[in-house]
Amino acid sequence: MLELNHIHKYYNPGTVNQMCLFEDFSLRIEDGDFVSVVGSNGSGKTSMLNIICGSIDVDSGNILVNGEDITNKKDFLRHRKIGRVFQDPSKGTCPTMTIMENMSIAENKGKPFNLGRGVKKDKMEYFQSLLRPLNLGLEDKMHTKVGALSGGQRQALALLMSTMTPIEFLILDEHTAALDPKTAEIIMGLTDQIVREKKVTTIMVTHNLRYAVEYGNRLIMMHEGNAILDKSGTDKQNINADEIMRVFNKISIECGN
Amino acid sequence: MSLILSVFEQGMIYAIMALGVYITYKILDFPDMTVDGSFPMGAAITAVLINKGVNPLLTLPICFVAGGVVGIITGLIHVKLKVRDLLAGIIMMTGLYSVNLRIAGKANLPFYNQPTIFENDFLSALFPSWLANYRTVIICLIITIIVKYLLDWYMSTKSGFLLRAVGDNDTLVTSLGVDKGLVRIVGLSLANALVTLSGCLYAQQQGFFDSTMGTGTAVMGLAGVIIGASLFKKFTLFKVTASVVIGMLLYKGCVALAIWVGMPASDMKLITAVLFLIILVLTSDRKKKVTVHA
Repeated sequence: MLELNHIHKYYNPGTVNQMCLFEDFSLRIEDGDFVSVVGSNGSGKTSMLNIICGSIDVDSGNILVNGEDITNKKDFLRHRKIGRVFQDPSKGTCPTMTIMENMSIAENKGKPFNLGRGVKKDKMEYFQSLLRPLNLGLEDKMHTKVGALSGGQRQALALLMSTMTPIEFLILDEHTAALDPKTAEIIMGLTDQIVREKKVTTIMVTHNLRYAVEYGNRLIMMHEGNAILDKSGTDKQNINADEIMRVFNKISIECGN
Repeated sequence: MSLILSVFEQGMIYAIMALGVYITYKILDFPDMTVDGSFPMGAAITAVLINKGVNPLLTLPICFVAGGVVGIITGLIHVKLKVRDLLAGIIMMTGLYSVNLRIAGKANLPFYNQPTIFENDFLSALFPSWLANYRTVIICLIITIIVKYLLDWYMSTKSGFLLRAVGDNDTLVTSLGVDKGLVRIVGLSLANALVTLSGCLYAQQQGFFDSTMGTGTAVMGLAGVIIGASLFKKFTLFKVTASVVIGMLLYKGCVALAIWVGMPASDMKLITAVLFLIILVLTSDRKKKVTVHA
């Protein structure tokens, strides 16, 4: 279980540019939830993910994982239990290393990075068996540098890499936004499959309202640092994209844009 | 002939330094100026130890470790104190100048008549007299090849993979649950260990330590790395490490050529700098490397 309690976060505190992002923001995510988060730009979606992952600090409030306070835990320590996929496909992989090498380091997550051999040849079969269901032909390019792959291929690889080892949370930050519609579908299908198989608690930020409606068992709409809409269970199943769009338009008009 | 030999001797020795610069500049994307201080530090330590009668072979691991410590300090200044990469190196370079004077005790410390790894009784017995002239270059070649293969091996380990990953995409390293700052410190440490080892060899080849011998080391190293990386980009025959070694030899050759055609020896640093500029202009990949990650 993940809890954000009374989070306060200001940008540029103490200056004329002070901007309040979160004021007393609280959120609770149960184990096994697949939460879709939507909202306009600047509503605090990505900042929320950054706060959970430790990429940015909070001014006050605390973050609890299964009751343990991780507010002051360093980002890389938190990531030992978190898999994260970014909007930018190049952030989840190493461009100058081959697919084999990338998967090897991902597979070693949680184990010491010592002077043992970086690539173990006997893992080749296993890695290829993970890549084959994607139907992107990556299993035949094990020794190709990832920098030579397309955005969609990289993102698929990044998603696989982030979920290769046991994790408690999967954080998806608009991970289909930079992809063409067809590739986005493939990646979304893969995401859903991984989440179901591994039963990992997932938070997915997306601008695609259809994905938000179609996938996951809970939907949150963020606006000005608050969750203005939070549907789960049967409410979530019955919701449709038009309804969300209406709420979305309403808040946009209130904002004057 | 002696000119060509000396180009090869010095080229091989500087190639070890260039391998260190390759780690910081190409892999970590960190323009490390520390090398201008850690290179002569190797020479200073070597001069003092050899004058004290320490076995010259022993100076190699001692310098390697000392350089590693210097690299860790640069890394700590950059990572923990959040000083920009270039500035962290300049601070270390400036500070090390005085440290080197303290180590050596004076600005110039010769040890001409002492045994070195290039000149000792064992080697004199081993090499027949007709090979005597080539003794130094052969030993330089052997050491450089060993260092190159050790570095290749390290780069293929898990730890080496992390080092490559942190320069490529440090977000991924964080995602793997590893402290990216620590990986950077390890890289800087290894790089400066190699540079100091190179300084140790250089001192033994020259037979003295001089406090100014480090000036321009970073520029020379970068030149070697950039020549090697851009000339042999298309060849998959060579590993990058091999191209760096060859790049360094070519660069040393060019500088020697400029002196040979009549430039005064005092213009050496100017030639070093101008040649580097020419190489930078001729190679196109400098653009993306200019972005500095603080």
